[in-house]
Amino acid sequence: MDYSQFFAMKQEIALLIAFLVVFLCDTFASPKAAKSVPVVGCLWMAAIVAFGFVTIPGYEESAFDGMYATSKVMYAIKNTLNIGAFIVLVQAMKWADSDFVSIRRGEFYELIMLTLFGMYLMISARHFLLFIIGLETASLPLCALVAFDKRRYESHEAAIKYVLTAVFSSAILLMGLSLVYGLTGTLYYAGIASAVGSNVGVMLAVGLAFVMAGFGYKISLVPFHLWTADVYQGAPTPVTSYLSVISKGSAAFAFLVVLTQVFATVYSSMWEWMLYALIVLTITVGNLFAMRQVNMKRFLAFSSISQAGYIMLAVMGDNPMGYSALMFYVLVYVFSNLAAFGVIGAIENATGKIEMTDYNGLYKTNPRLAVTMMLAMFSLAGIPPFAGFFSKFFVFTSALNGTDSTALYVLVLIALINTIISLYYYLLVVKAMFINDSDAPIATFRSACSERLGMWICVAGIILLGIFSPIYNYLLTIA
Amino acid sequence: MDITILCYLIPALVMFCCGVYGFMTRRNMIAMLISLELMLNAVDLNFVLFNRYLYPGSNEGWFFTLFGIAIAAAETALAIAIIVNLFHASKNIDVRDVAHMKH
Repeated sequence: MDYSQFFAMKQEIALLIAFLVVFLCDTFASPKAAKSVPVVGCLWMAAIVAFGFVTIPGYEESAFDGMYATSKVMYAIKNTLNIGAFIVLVQAMKWADSDFVSIRRGEFYELIMLTLFGMYLMISARHFLLFIIGLETASLPLCALVAFDKRRYESHEAAIKYVLTAVFSSAILLMGLSLVYGLTGTLYYAGIASAVGSNVGVMLAVGLAFVMAGFGYKISLVPFHLWTADVYQGAPTPVTSYLSVISKGSAAFAFLVVLTQVFATVYSSMWEWMLYALIVLTITVGNLFAMRQVNMKRFLAFSSISQAGYIMLAVMGDNPMGYSALMFYVLVYVFSNLAAFGVIGAIENATGKIEMTDYNGLYKTNPRLAVTMMLAMFSLAGIPPFAGFFSKFFVFTSALNGTDSTALYVLVLIALINTIISLYYYLLVVKAMFINDSDAPIATFRSACSERLGMWICVAGIILLGIFSPIYNYLLTIA
Repeated sequence: MDITILCYLIPALVMFCCGVYGFMTRRNMIAMLISLELMLNAVDLNFVLFNRYLYPGSNEGWFFTLFGIAIAAAETALAIAIIVNLFHASKNIDVRDVAHMKH
């Protein structure tokens, strides 16, 4: 065996080393030194982010008989996920120091790194065996993370819902894969693509529908979204932010790779219409349910369902621009959503309040937090000077790129109308913070240094990505 | 009588459907977990028999099955651990009662 092919997996190996270092520190550190494990974890994650930018390869590499592939595109999406994971880890430092969590704070950092490792494999896989291993490595530690807050009953409830739906969706996905395997005799992406050709059969249709349903659960597309709200509400806030951004972004990218590389030849005959229905349902239902939420985490859960629909619009166009649009959307989504979760986490850590009515009058007592939240909401809703507008714009453009199909124009019109609906509920939060009066507003408090660092990075990202276009141009040239 | 591929495909399909049905209707979490195992095992069976009958020259399906078994075991261990935790917290593993967060 040629061991030099491991050099193609630089990022995976670096992340494993980081994981092992944090694990050893956590295991052998004295109780006093264990306080610094979160700092070690964050520093290593920062090193991983830097490493990802330094080692961007000039050409496509593949390893293990083509089971694993990496290229500039893979590096771009992995770097995005790295940045997101780094922000989550930084924002979680205060929470990791709280009474009940502090005895096993190291585990949080280790499990986050392990799931990230699984997502790397899932993204880079070019063979369904490696893909499934990556998917499970990504989702199993997440189940444990959702159950992390053992003293809260909701955490258990969320964990049981998450683990049962995760296994159920994996089983559905595997069933679809077994049918595709029976049809084509191979599990390589390229092999399946050439064996399928333009052969449209019932077995392929059923297999593809099962595969899409399995992915739909992971990305929480309607009608496979029912677990999302409960899990997001019950999980500890740092885990919720990780679930809603990193986990969703990686699954969406893997979905894009599978659809465009494996099933590209049956695009118009099969999955275009399945995906069409999923997107319309996801955006609309997510929006309608988000309007009536009072719990901030539950509210962001439905908002993230509807955002998943917009992410899927990039897949809809089935052209190279979809890759760059999806990566840019995920990048912007990382900053906007993590800014919102940063504010929610800071307020929850300081006061334990999580309802939208608690945010009344926040601007008068904590103006900086209120402005951060406002920027996040504007970016999520897509108001022009901020990054969210451009990510939505590129996603719409890629869906319509080189097509004159009326149906696609109708789809984008539906998405546009939904953007206006989403403005309503995003602005509800802004209104609560700036206009509504409250007898007992959240008292003025100073958030922890780590939380402020995380929020500063997010705000910088929201504003920079909105006014600094070379980033999107770079993504467009490599896609 | 020859044993054809259908002799295995149909039991696998029945197993999968039983699993889905059980997952939807059972209210005890352990029973739901058993249903999930049925689904995963049906998939493993599928892979093995497709490999054996349709593509005897290759061995991708067999390897996939081996990994599938390992993954199913890991999932079960994790789910059992979470169910035990939930039982400690609420003395109950009936899913109808695990609905504190509905709005």
